[in-house]
Amino acid sequence: MPKTLTPAGTLYRGREGQWSWVAHRITGVVIFFFLLVHVLDTSLVRVSPEAYDAVIASYKNPIMGLGELGLVAAIVFHAFNGIRLILVDFWKKGPKYHRQMLWGVVGLWALVMIAFSIRHLSHVFGG
Amino acid sequence: MATPIIESPRSGRVAPGYSRTTSSRSNFEMVAWLFMRISGAILVVLIFVHLYVNLVAGDGISGIDFGFVAGKWASPFWQIWDLTMLWLAMLHGTNGIRVIINDYADKNSTRMWLKGVLYTATVVIVVLGTLVIFTFDPCPVIDGVAHVADYCPTP
Repeated sequence: MPKTLTPAGTLYRGREGQWSWVAHRITGVVIFFFLLVHVLDTSLVRVSPEAYDAVIASYKNPIMGLGELGLVAAIVFHAFNGIRLILVDFWKKGPKYHRQMLWGVVGLWALVMIAFSIRHLSHVFGG
Repeated sequence: MATPIIESPRSGRVAPGYSRTTSSRSNFEMVAWLFMRISGAILVVLIFVHLYVNLVAGDGISGIDFGFVAGKWASPFWQIWDLTMLWLAMLHGTNGIRVIINDYADKNSTRMWLKGVLYTATVVIVVLGTLVIFTFDPCPVIDGVAHVADYCPTP
């Protein structure tokens, strides 16, 4: 019986490169749809101050607060991974270190998110 | 019989349909690829400052209300900041979704429909957002009732 061959590690297939690509797409789509809603809610300042304050008040409840945490998590990952992507494309050694750079992205993302979560949740739950 | 000479691929004259170098097609995709990287780098700065000023500094989200927006847009600096952010983010996002539609929608008609909806949404949101930034009134009078705030003139 021949041993089952597993595909060798290529630059992208089934490894860090591909998973970061998937995460970049998903976070990008999430951010885009939020952006559409965000322009619409901000546009309420042209309807009336009360209409704007009412919709912003709903953003201050704890469930929405957790949603904002998720949104910022998506934005921060997309931003850091985007910089990594630029380095892969334009920096001579980018493709060589793309994997190490992804762990740098994940590490920085975790640091920023820990700091932001403490600050934001204290605003949302602290009133 | 002499051995037939087989020329190496793409040597000599190449039929126009197979030519790779002297293409008359536009380089739209290359420009789009470059735009994603340039706008992305700028957006990192624009959006991180936006998030810091609105969600981290001061009272964070608890401090956001109509007066907060009025305070920011009283300054042309934040008007231009938000305008640039709106345009770059919408074009960056629209191109991203365009690429995703091209990747996953197989049927020509499905692609056309999805992109039609996408471009319509983009135009509506960009025009709406731009108008809101430049027609914003910090002291609106609605149905004859003037908005009351410490920065508004008392009627």
